[in-house]
Amino acid sequence: MEEIVNLFHGFATVLQPFNIMVMVIGILLGVIIGVLPGLGGANGVAILLPLTFSMTPTSAIIMLSCIYWGALFGGAITSVLFNIPGEPWSVATTFDGHPMAQKGKAGEALTAAFTSSFVGALFAVIMITLVAPLVAKFALQFGPAEKFAVFFIAFCSFIGMGKEPPFKTIVAMMIGFALASVGLDSVTGQLRMTFGFTHLLSGFDFLIAVIGLFGIGEILLTMEEGLNFRGKAAKINARVVWETWKELPRYWATSLRSCFIGVWMGISPAGATPASFMSYGIAKRMSKSGKNFGKGEIEGVVAPETAAHAAGTAALLPMLSLGVPGSPTAAVLLGGLLIWGLQPGPLLFVEQKEFVWGLIASMYLGNFVGLIIVLTCVPLFAAILRIPFSIIAPVILVLCAIGAYTVHNNTFDVVMMMVFGVVGYVMKKCNYPMAPLVLAIVLGDKAEEAFRQSLLGSQGSLGVFFSNGLVGTIMMLGLIALFWPLISNGWTWLQSRTPKAAM
Amino acid sequence: MSEHSSGVGQRGPSHRWTEFGVAVFCILFGAITIIGSVKAGSGWGPEGPKAGFFPFYIGVIIVLASVVNCIEILMQSDDGQLFADWGQLRQVMCVVIPTTIYTLSIPYLGIYLASVILIALFMKWLGKYPWTKAAAVALGTPFAIYLFFEKWFLIPLPKGPLEDLLGL
Repeated sequence: MEEIVNLFHGFATVLQPFNIMVMVIGILLGVIIGVLPGLGGANGVAILLPLTFSMTPTSAIIMLSCIYWGALFGGAITSVLFNIPGEPWSVATTFDGHPMAQKGKAGEALTAAFTSSFVGALFAVIMITLVAPLVAKFALQFGPAEKFAVFFIAFCSFIGMGKEPPFKTIVAMMIGFALASVGLDSVTGQLRMTFGFTHLLSGFDFLIAVIGLFGIGEILLTMEEGLNFRGKAAKINARVVWETWKELPRYWATSLRSCFIGVWMGISPAGATPASFMSYGIAKRMSKSGKNFGKGEIEGVVAPETAAHAAGTAALLPMLSLGVPGSPTAAVLLGGLLIWGLQPGPLLFVEQKEFVWGLIASMYLGNFVGLIIVLTCVPLFAAILRIPFSIIAPVILVLCAIGAYTVHNNTFDVVMMMVFGVVGYVMKKCNYPMAPLVLAIVLGDKAEEAFRQSLLGSQGSLGVFFSNGLVGTIMMLGLIALFWPLISNGWTWLQSRTPKAAM
Repeated sequence: MSEHSSGVGQRGPSHRWTEFGVAVFCILFGAITIIGSVKAGSGWGPEGPKAGFFPFYIGVIIVLASVVNCIEILMQSDDGQLFADWGQLRQVMCVVIPTTIYTLSIPYLGIYLASVILIALFMKWLGKYPWTKAAAVALGTPFAIYLFFEKWFLIPLPKGPLEDLLGL
């Protein structure tokens, strides 16, 4: 009940004219980011983060989270109209969305995609409203060992459940930790790994890394191919929307299942991309019209879009309640909170009530406003994609440079952004995942602090991480996540041997 | 969008050896991390773990995991896959070189003039646009950025001699 009262206070905060304006601007910018090639949610939020420096934390986070919702919506537009997934989680949407557009049902496909996105996000926000405060209350009992165990489980999930080779994931993640440790040691106040370079005194900011790795890196990858867009025209009118909405309730079971898959994958933190693929795969297997999937089936659009948005939104739950982001974009948002002096985690719900509930209320309203904006502005956003890449690319490069500069008002950061960009391009091509690297830069300090405090309390004994049921359970779950490929392969092997043994 | 591969039969650097080179680079990075941590103190002091304690083990893990990656690469047979063909790399360099010059020139020219030059040359050189169109976008974008960042959000961006001359 207390949560509902707090939520209404949150709505009162969000419904101020300035915050509504910020929300609409954020969604519009987010959709543009989602639509544009070479930009993604994490990178877009990072580039536009400096815009929010002059705002109050609540307005700033409303704008940034709305950019996030907008980017999630925008990915579907390129997938359906151009068969180009603007974001990795939109790949599964192309399977049926683009065939629908080719059949002249672009309007239906987009309406289904946007509505499903809205439903997925709404489900996840309701979960956040109900579950996040409970998780935060529970997490208040956490000591340093438990805190480290939560970081441990998050990072182990990336290694064990990611699609990239585990040792490459480990290397990428550890490079992130190493970069995070450059500069002033927060515990002893000592300088480390600066090797006499004064520019490294303040360390590597995660924003510079994000803009370089994601923004510049993606542009370099895109430049290899040379893009020529040939999209389908899309007109959405009230009749198309109404007809599609009348059809969608038939897929309630697919939608509900996708919501649960998405929320679970968002919290775990496997992320929106595997959530969309898993949801699409299960829907294909369980649907009566499964054999038509891939030929333009509306259910094939509903399943991945619902799951991707539920996952993208649910990724904010561990960020708010535990201080551990569930996705790279959530990591960038977490970095934003730290810039404003807010400490994500259980205490945020106690010390910054107005902020937290303002953010949660903005999630409800932001998604609703986002749905209206994307349904009405599709032709406009589709037109953006017709701007040639040779015009868009230098403008994005300039925006990246401005984004990098404004972090510390330092031109050296712009050079570092370029270095990260080239490194990101090469590493991506060699199949090193960038998300764990960025997460490690963001969380490196905190994970190290929790680790060192735990060891200090136990006089150096690693047994502190198994010293009680709570920390032991979290660590065990982390180890299961870490060795998940081995466990699942072993299980499959055992199952395949059992019938033979019986014979 | 990040799934790019280069086909067999074209010419360019081998994917296998580039991957090996990246793994060796990671070993070097790990070694530098270990050296830096040892300098900062990687052991146990009177106040608990020293400043280099955590990064020392991070460096060790980077080296060990990269060695495993190197061994995996060497154990795989070469399928002839390219990292990128020379034409693709030339395209990439068409962005890397001007952007690097752009980033290095910002402290001297300011971000506005440098951006005008970058956008104009990019459009003229790669996009083959007429000067009029290139100039319109090249001047319009920094102007919009100026209004957006400096006037609306009061965020100062680096300026050079031209802005000083114009009194901005």
